[in-house]
Amino acid sequence: MIFQPAIIALLLASVVTATVAVVASGFGVQVLRHWDITSGSERQLALERLTYLISTLLGLAFAVALGSLLLFVLNADRMASQFVGAMCAVGTLNANAWGFPTLVLKIVNFFLAGTWLILNEVDTRGWDYPLIRAKYRYLLVITPFLIAEAVVQAVYFLGLEADVITSCCGSLFSTDAATVAAEMSALPLVPSIIGFYTVLSATVVAGLVFIRWRRGGWVFAGLCALAFVVSIAAMISFISIYIYEHPHHHCPFCVIQGEHGYIGYALYLPLFAATVFGLGLFAMLPFKQIPSLRAVIPALAGRHATLSVALFAVFVAVATWSVATSNLVMRN
Amino acid sequence: MTDWVEKQRNILDFTLSSLRRRKGRHLGMLAVYAAIVFLLASVMLFSHAIKREAAIVLADAPEIVVQRMVAGRHDLIPGAYADRLTGIRGVAAVTPRLWGYYYDAALAANYTILVPTDQAVPAGSVVIGGGVARARGAGVGDTLSFRGYGGEQFFFTVAEVLPHASELVAADLFLIAETEYRAMLGIDDGAYTDIAVSVRNPREVVTVANKIIAALPDTRVILREEILRTYDALFDWREGLMLVLLTGAVLAFAIFAGDKASGLSAEERREIGLLKAVGWETTDVIAMKVWEGAAVSLAAFLAGYLLAYLHVFHFSGALFEPVLKGWAVLYPEFRPAAFVDVFQVLTLFFFTVFPYTVATIVPIWRAAIIDPDAIMRS
Amino acid sequence: MIVLDGVRKAFNQGKPNEFWAIRGIDLEIELGRVTVLQGPSGSGKTTLLTLIGCLARPTAGRVRLGGRDISGLPERFLTEIRRNSFGFVFQQFHLIKGVSVLDNVVLPGLPTGRRRRELTDRAHALLSRLTLADKAASNAEWLSGGEAQRVAIARALINEPEVVIADEPTANLDSSLTEAFLAIVAALKAEGRTVLMTSHDPLIYRAEMVDRVLSMRDGRLVSQAP
Repeated sequence: MIFQPAIIALLLASVVTATVAVVASGFGVQVLRHWDITSGSERQLALERLTYLISTLLGLAFAVALGSLLLFVLNADRMASQFVGAMCAVGTLNANAWGFPTLVLKIVNFFLAGTWLILNEVDTRGWDYPLIRAKYRYLLVITPFLIAEAVVQAVYFLGLEADVITSCCGSLFSTDAATVAAEMSALPLVPSIIGFYTVLSATVVAGLVFIRWRRGGWVFAGLCALAFVVSIAAMISFISIYIYEHPHHHCPFCVIQGEHGYIGYALYLPLFAATVFGLGLFAMLPFKQIPSLRAVIPALAGRHATLSVALFAVFVAVATWSVATSNLVMRN
Repeated sequence: MTDWVEKQRNILDFTLSSLRRRKGRHLGMLAVYAAIVFLLASVMLFSHAIKREAAIVLADAPEIVVQRMVAGRHDLIPGAYADRLTGIRGVAAVTPRLWGYYYDAALAANYTILVPTDQAVPAGSVVIGGGVARARGAGVGDTLSFRGYGGEQFFFTVAEVLPHASELVAADLFLIAETEYRAMLGIDDGAYTDIAVSVRNPREVVTVANKIIAALPDTRVILREEILRTYDALFDWREGLMLVLLTGAVLAFAIFAGDKASGLSAEERREIGLLKAVGWETTDVIAMKVWEGAAVSLAAFLAGYLLAYLHVFHFSGALFEPVLKGWAVLYPEFRPAAFVDVFQVLTLFFFTVFPYTVATIVPIWRAAIIDPDAIMRS
Repeated sequence: MIVLDGVRKAFNQGKPNEFWAIRGIDLEIELGRVTVLQGPSGSGKTTLLTLIGCLARPTAGRVRLGGRDISGLPERFLTEIRRNSFGFVFQQFHLIKGVSVLDNVVLPGLPTGRRRRELTDRAHALLSRLTLADKAASNAEWLSGGEAQRVAIARALINEPEVVIADEPTANLDSSLTEAFLAIVAALKAEGRTVLMTSHDPLIYRAEMVDRVLSMRDGRLVSQAP
């Protein structure tokens, strides 16, 4: 284990979040068991009050997921100097088998908490709280993921050993240590450019169709999920090399560093936000026939789709701009 | 959406006016909060500054240092080894070096005594680091006397005191000419402390190092990269240790914050009851309290961070120097280069604002669920 | 029309100190009228006001407002209805100390998401109608009893509610101030607003513009004067 402030902070945050999720699930089970909206009994009133606490806690979990994702990546970058062969965050994450799983879980949990909050928003707009059971069942699904993140992250950090000079005679540590993979494997250039622009324009078009005619919501939501994956792949395979102006540096993380003008924030913030709003449709479309939501869902879904489309457009624009203004020329 | 923004603006306005009204109540909280941020931020800024200084210093260090080992202990290396190193492909330059430590009984301090390779110190003169100058109270032109290995006295005139810039490593330096070094410490001609090797292509450092080990089996090879890595890990570890020691303080702070947040005054309870009665929803009250927490956190964070910044970069981290910097008696006096970065601020956030938020969230909720009809029943 | 149908309200349900404050009330209140609830303290008048005013939910029975059943609504929606349909004047007025009169008046409007500008304009209009125009900037702590009540009335009207609810409005006022209060109530009635009050002050329940007086005892209605 490497004893380091950011690592301690990350471990602390994940343990607290997982604990909070477990406690919230306990309340959730009570709500699932005893909820009766028509009753004015004191138990029902108490349960209703409890729902406020749970949604506040989940809001916190969401904020922490976002912050810890950023801190995790920044920390990986910072620690690269302590591993032989690691040039940047990729190397640190490859230092053992648990680095990338932790990252993936963090991203997944960000989206899970985000969609829960959207589901919660929909539910609280129906006068009879129609989604209350769906909401708390979903919470019971999310909790194991939060616990998994805490565990996997702990395993990852506990397994990290810095390659340091350990004894006075330990000459030349570098050759004995297995060098970590410093680069990510990337997709071929031209197909990934074509794939990226195809999927993202399809997403934007599907979004516009949904906003205009309220049709094809499922297609749009599905495309949002696909667009996220394709965008990350595109970051690795071609957007990154144009930003670094280096044909072999396929790193999705270095873009958030100051030497690249913090351009990564202008790419990732819109991308993640667009995806959350898009995925939020999965939390709305199944329920649009519920009487108390019939007026609520179309309006809310339209607003979220608009935000999602706009943010995807910003992401594509920033990515295209970075590629277009790059001094790197790739010839096949 | 605009409604939502407008509503949050209204609530924020009201929150800020409430904060102003209850200044006294929040001032104590703010002071403790800022003190916690100050402590943690000082530790982090200081150890980061040290790491950067070390990296800057090591940037000029040779890529490879070769030392001779006798029975597992570092020994003097024959000058002849230098010629064999020059013959290895990929080696750009080979510099035999003379250095060591000198214990000054009068001050109970160790100096690093060194024959510079890039400048020649005239016989009878010495160039000293800031720490030595301060300890001995010496300036340019003064004469210093030292005992050699055989007991005889050597006299040096101070030719120069090294500049402030890299005091962290140069504080205890004592630079003299080669002949006097050998005479004073009793080292034979042709023997050196170690040999510095620089390599033409940085990618080949490891290959060259392997060749050296093969050619000179009785030596050990130290790479600059490894020293840097070790320093990084060491300072991270010290910083982590300090923070763990401070965890107790953070915990106490979180408990204090939670306690403070749950102890609503009758006045405040009545006020929230009124807000609920006239049409504020539980969510609105939670929003108000969250804004309040955000305002207090922001103020405490800025104040604490600013103080820590001044402490570390203007007062050289006076409070933690001994713990974080190491074991030397001649403390370097240094003004680290100022900087701020996202990573540190975010880490600090997780250590301070996050515990505060977690500690206050349940009290906030409890305050917010006061029954709207409570005010009618009182 | 506000309709109550078999309304009951318990406190500390299921505990040894369980207490039924309202024990079955059926009632229709017509809009645009002034209704007074009268009865000894502990008779359940105030609790009934909280049920009608959406401050609390009945334990059993139904409350309908304009044909909509509001008794089963969660607090979130009750609050919305309360904010838009009811204005409250409390016995102790409950103005927030250390805050200006104007800021006290706009309080119920803040979470509606209306623009600040719009709210302050409306607040100024209300204050000048209640002859408090020059007090807008002063601290609510320094007002006399009558002024404090008029500020409370302005606050109750900021969201343009249909119904104004007042709990013992004249308990802290002398006779001349009570007369002034009744004049304001008459003006509200003339505007078409519904006014609902509790009171044991004869000046109130015998006043001319009062349309209906309901007497309560032990959580039940005992008589209804026309």
